Amino acid sequence: MKILVPVKRVIDYNVKPRVKSDGTGVDLANVKMSMNPFDEIAVEEAIRLKEKGVATEIVAVSVGPAKAQETLRTALAMGADRAILVTTDDEVEPLAVAKILKGIVGEEAPGLVILGKQAIDDDSNQTGQMLAALLGRPQGTFASEVTVEGDSVTVKREVDGGLETVKLSLPAIVTTDLRLNEPRYASLPNIMKAKSKPLANKTPADYGVDTAPRLKTLKVTEPATRQAGVKVADVDALVAKIKELGIA
Amino acid sequence: MTKTLVWVEHDNASVKDATLSAVTAASQLGEVHLLVAGSGAAAVAEAAAKIAGVGKVHLADDAAYANALAENVAPLIVSLMESHDAFVAPSTSNGKNIAPRVAALLDVAQVSDILSVEGPKTFTRPTYAGNAIATVESSDAKLVVTVRGTAFAKAASEGGSGTVEAVSGSGDSGLSSFLGAEIAKSERPELTSAKVIVSGGRALKDSETFKQVIFPLADKLGAAVGASRAAVDAGYVPNDYQVGQTGKIVAPEVYIAVGISGAIQHLAGMKDSKTIIAINKDEDAPIFQVADVGLVADLFTAVPEITGKL
Repeated sequence: MKILVPVKRVIDYNVKPRVKSDGTGVDLANVKMSMNPFDEIAVEEAIRLKEKGVATEIVAVSVGPAKAQETLRTALAMGADRAILVTTDDEVEPLAVAKILKGIVGEEAPGLVILGKQAIDDDSNQTGQMLAALLGRPQGTFASEVTVEGDSVTVKREVDGGLETVKLSLPAIVTTDLRLNEPRYASLPNIMKAKSKPLANKTPADYGVDTAPRLKTLKVTEPATRQAGVKVADVDALVAKIKELGIA
Repeated sequence: MTKTLVWVEHDNASVKDATLSAVTAASQLGEVHLLVAGSGAAAVAEAAAKIAGVGKVHLADDAAYANALAENVAPLIVSLMESHDAFVAPSTSNGKNIAPRVAALLDVAQVSDILSVEGPKTFTRPTYAGNAIATVESSDAKLVVTVRGTAFAKAASEGGSGTVEAVSGSGDSGLSSFLGAEIAKSERPELTSAKVIVSGGRALKDSETFKQVIFPLADKLGAAVGASRAAVDAGYVPNDYQVGQTGKIVAPEVYIAVGISGAIQHLAGMKDSKTIIAINKDEDAPIFQVADVGLVADLFTAVPEITGKL
């Protein structure tokens, strides 16, 4: 079985984003960029399924600027076999990404597509579900455990009240939550090897997808900031404050 | 006038509070109609019809809808959207699972997790873990939005006079099946609707210590218990305790952060709390930059002492 893993290049999760002064977006110039953390979990899960003998090939794909090639090289260094870069300098919304992925699924016919549940830049949490809809296939979102058996996959999902388990017929779409696994670091030899793994270059037009945004961003602003309050000297002072709030 | 269809969050027995915030958001767009998709959910539909300002309540009662499987309910919603202009769902795990599937089937760009309604098709929403608030305008003919519960007041659950109308959809898609759930039962309030929350971080050491230190304080205050991602990852508490960018978004009257350093991903989930109290032994912990009241102390001695003195 082939597994397709879409990955996104985003601001590094340790960097505090700054809104541009002209209100057009977030300043990404000279900011450290990395693979979206949920996508790292997706890559790791695919590798583990390959190590278990469930998967035979892992194809990583990214839709984004030319520099997203670095993100794909990271996926290859972790253990993906080959990569597809769909290059565009436009900001591509989840619906258009899902349409491009649908085109790739048509060509590659993977048994599973594993995606991060959400990208930490736009925080949309949409692409996996949209891809499943466009393909008419089942979705196991917010996965904390993935077990492939025969022609189905069982997914334990993180939900509001705890966990729930669903069984999906393959091919299926899975989106990852935090507890699915802990992604490995790529070793230096594997980083070197990744440089010679195949990476195909495509464009949205190759899949006949119009990436024109449907949502117009009118402005981007900083949220209201909280001011630091007071530090109290001891437990008694804190207890007094809590009593003042009328909750005890 | 815009006709909205609001996803009613329920457990086939009662309407969940998250629905009420979504109703408020929908009422700012236009007429409010509801969808109760479930199994044996007639009582839920009756209760939903009493929510203030509600018009028609569509009840789709079918075993296939019992567990809100997206593969089964999305086609039902798509068929109802022929006579509605906007699908509005709370940002619950069901809402987040189902709405994008609906949006893609309708060929619509979804607006996730809205904070406010600024116009007929204009909304604000958080991006970058709430560090940038975007104002976006949809150009699609129909709208699909999910609603951040803490950003909208809850509609009154009584006083409405909606009418219940049975609808049916295509039922079981045959693509997926529900095997079971492990839902924790707790006497404590639900995290997303609690007035007071006591949250613990990695500093709590282990599951047993977390229970011994955090639970007594929470119980004394009638509070819900939350946790940072680090505490959940370390297995101190289950995943449904997690507060943060990708966990639960909360805005209680009082949020007490114990042994939580205050990573931006955690702050994203609680910084709209009315009063934040932080207890941490590191006086430079970022949590103190957002806390109204801070105590620099060793939590293992301070918290039991506070619990004893309340």
